[in-house]
Amino acid sequence: MLRLEAVHAYYGRAHILAGIDLAVERGEAVVLLGRNGAGKTTTLKAAMGLVPVATGRVVFLGADIAGRAAHEIARIGIGYVPEDRRIFAGLTVMENLAVGRQPPRRDAPTWTVERLFGLFPNLAAMRDRPGGRMSGGEQQMLSIARTLMGNPRLVLLDEPVEGLAPAIVEEMARTVLALKREGLTVLLSEQNLAFARLVADRAYVIEKGQLRFSGTMAALMADAAARTRYLSI
Amino acid sequence: MEFVAVQFLNGLASASSLFLVASGLSIIFGVTRIVNFAHGSFYMLGAYMAWTLATRLSAGPLGFWGAIIGAALAVGVLGAALEVTILRRIYRAPEMFQLLATFGVVLVVEDLALLIWGPADLLGPRAPGLRGAVDIFGQRFPEYELLLIAIGPLVLVLLWLLFYRTRWGTLVRAATEDREMAAALGVDQRRLFTAVFFLGSVLAGLGGALQLPRETINLNMGFATVVEAFVVVVVGGLGSVPGAYLAAFLIAELHAFGILVFPKITLVLIFLVMAVVLIVRPHGLLGRPFVGLPASVVSPAAVLRPSSPAARWVGAIGFVALLAAPFALGDYALTVATEIAILVLFAASLHFIMGPGGMVSFGHAAYFGLGAYAAALVASRLAAPMVAGLFVAPVVAGLAGAAFGWFSGRLSGVYLAMLTLAFAQICWSVAFQWAELTGGDNGILGVWPPAWAAPAAAYYYLAVALSLSAVLLLRRAIRAPFGYALRAGRDAPLRAEAIGIDVAATRRIAFAVAAGSAGLAGGLFAFFKGSVFPTYLSIPRSVDGLLMVLLGGVNSVSGPVIGAIVYTGLGEQLVRFTDYWRLAMGVAIIALVLAFPEGIAGFAARLADRRRGAPAEDAR
Ligand SMILES: Nc1ncnc2c1ncn2[C@@H]1O[C@H](COP(=O)(O)OP(=O)(O)OP(=O)(O)O)[C@@H](O)[C@H]1O
Ligand SMILES: [Mg+2]
Repeated sequence: MLRLEAVHAYYGRAHILAGIDLAVERGEAVVLLGRNGAGKTTTLKAAMGLVPVATGRVVFLGADIAGRAAHEIARIGIGYVPEDRRIFAGLTVMENLAVGRQPPRRDAPTWTVERLFGLFPNLAAMRDRPGGRMSGGEQQMLSIARTLMGNPRLVLLDEPVEGLAPAIVEEMARTVLALKREGLTVLLSEQNLAFARLVADRAYVIEKGQLRFSGTMAALMADAAARTRYLSI
Repeated sequence: MEFVAVQFLNGLASASSLFLVASGLSIIFGVTRIVNFAHGSFYMLGAYMAWTLATRLSAGPLGFWGAIIGAALAVGVLGAALEVTILRRIYRAPEMFQLLATFGVVLVVEDLALLIWGPADLLGPRAPGLRGAVDIFGQRFPEYELLLIAIGPLVLVLLWLLFYRTRWGTLVRAATEDREMAAALGVDQRRLFTAVFFLGSVLAGLGGALQLPRETINLNMGFATVVEAFVVVVVGGLGSVPGAYLAAFLIAELHAFGILVFPKITLVLIFLVMAVVLIVRPHGLLGRPFVGLPASVVSPAAVLRPSSPAARWVGAIGFVALLAAPFALGDYALTVATEIAILVLFAASLHFIMGPGGMVSFGHAAYFGLGAYAAALVASRLAAPMVAGLFVAPVVAGLAGAAFGWFSGRLSGVYLAMLTLAFAQICWSVAFQWAELTGGDNGILGVWPPAWAAPAAAYYYLAVALSLSAVLLLRRAIRAPFGYALRAGRDAPLRAEAIGIDVAATRRIAFAVAAGSAGLAGGLFAFFKGSVFPTYLSIPRSVDGLLMVLLGGVNSVSGPVIGAIVYTGLGEQLVRFTDYWRLAMGVAIIALVLAFPEGIAGFAARLADRRRGAPAEDAR
């Protein structure tokens, strides 16, 4: 469904992504693992059109989307949930959801506000609360719900459980699995191996803007050397 | 008592007009982050177009109100056209280049209005059905003013409904907070921006058109209004419409009553209020901090490189040319060269805070003018020699800069820029209104250099020597540890603090140094022209400085030097060859911005980079 081919990206003169190749198939949940500053966020942003792709291709459903504007990418069905949530603080929960709204798509699950409140019952109780007055966990739920309002084919989830309490991490894992069952394709970035293990089918490991490992989650768990080399702090 | 009530109502009527303009400016800034100096021009165009329509259409109420609405809509279309044709191309450029482009538009509109409507003030028709006055507390109060009083709150309510009760409004508010996130959710920024420009410009046009029965229409109404609208927007909080009304109310009432109590210092009063608000509430009365609002004007990627051998050669040849100039140039050309030499220092001093410091100043002429006045006063009142004047100029300006730096504390970005504007306006008002000391509008005359420096060539050498040394000293400071600290504070204030740099103190020193250098330029200018006028510290001169720095590019010291030469040279040529030099200058500025969104020097550096095969800095 999504394929990155030899993607390079820069911040100013700093060479951040040095040739990333990865692929996500329909219905899969794939995790991108790596330490702080490895380039996970940059990879997701490059796919989303939020960081310019200097060279390389980003292929979504057969079309090269590198260089397209972020809103066009969102409209062809890629949803993006940023690591810092980026809830519109002055907008209420309902308004935040309204910003994300897009028409339904035939080949992707269709979400309504009521269905999302079923998925995130906490949110239902705070429809008119401004986003700025929600806890981190609530904001994370809202951020995901807001992206789902666009009925995406694929979601990019950037470190969805960063800074959340263990109980909420488990809830988040259940949520991601539920999304997968709905038929949604997921590419997430993580440092939390335990969480990744619960939700992902396959894994890529990135270090200093280059991929160091790619394989099934099971293969990564079996490869202790790779884990210590690229992931342990 | 009755009088106070009527004066209050007068204030309310002005508040409505001010609110219409300011809310448009605020909405445009909130969403697009463009500080639109052309907003005042749209206000002016609204008035002129309404005049044309009202005098062409039938005289009845339909004609008058049709003219008002028609003018507002026409201005809205112009605003949308400005967005589509010019601004859209430069959203990715540093914020200040967008500002530069809007300055270009101001110049173009001013001359086009002159071409179409002529230089004379125009008097519009009165509003049909509202020609009379009503009795309020035994005083006569014009009916039309009552209408205006109602229009402000009415528009406020309509805007509120638009922003809080429609999906479009929700999208605008989302984009105001975080436009990148809105885009990632599928919101097409470009259409939103065009629509917002249309709406904002309609409000400006409406504000202008409604002045038709109130005041004469002239070519100066735009600039005066946009400065006042800036004050309102900043006091109210950038992007906040209710804040704009609150601030418009405050400022208008301050005007209405201030003029009774302190007729001489109303201007100072207004800018003092703004300064106080910014210091106490850095985001304005009802404003919120923005996500992703850059605190500085240069991209952090800007790296200083040692001069290339080619650049050294250019420098050496330039130096020889400077020395040889008096032998090659005629008298007129030599005075132009002298002026350029002085303005190079002015531009370099502004660059010192803008480039390495990342702090924009809309009021740098304040220090230039303070230096000029200090030198002139010392020379004319104390009959001191020129050397004393040239010594006092940078000292006075530097002290003023230090004081300003101390007050402005930790402000950054647009808010800091607005405070610099306020400070410059205060200085200008003092120079203008304290006639006993400064001669007011008539200025100070007879500030001539002594015999040894009087010949054009002698003064040229003096100006070049002082200006060149000062510029080289500034350049050294940028490349010294002080400069590193300054740039670290610009690019990553928190990290800079963490490694022990006192960012605020560094900025204050930078302000004082830049102000002192500008003051020296001002002192040189005073003896060069033989006189000083309030225009030396007026906003247009600050704008000249900004244009020089931005045209040249903020990323290297050669930028302001090149910018000053190109800008002054171009201006000088244009004035000689055409009456419509503003039009030509405006078009030139817009063309330059579109062609070189990183300034001339930045463009040259990129060319050099490309030849060396370094990676392209931004791929798109
Ligand atoms: N806006 C920026 N400007 C310059 N450099 C940046 C910027 N954002 C990130 N970087 C740099 O790019 C590199 C990769 O950053 P990125 O955010 O992609 O890492 P990450 O893997 O998501 O890390 P984390 O786990 O901390 O979120 C880092 O070295 C970082 O310092
Ligand atoms: Mg990250």
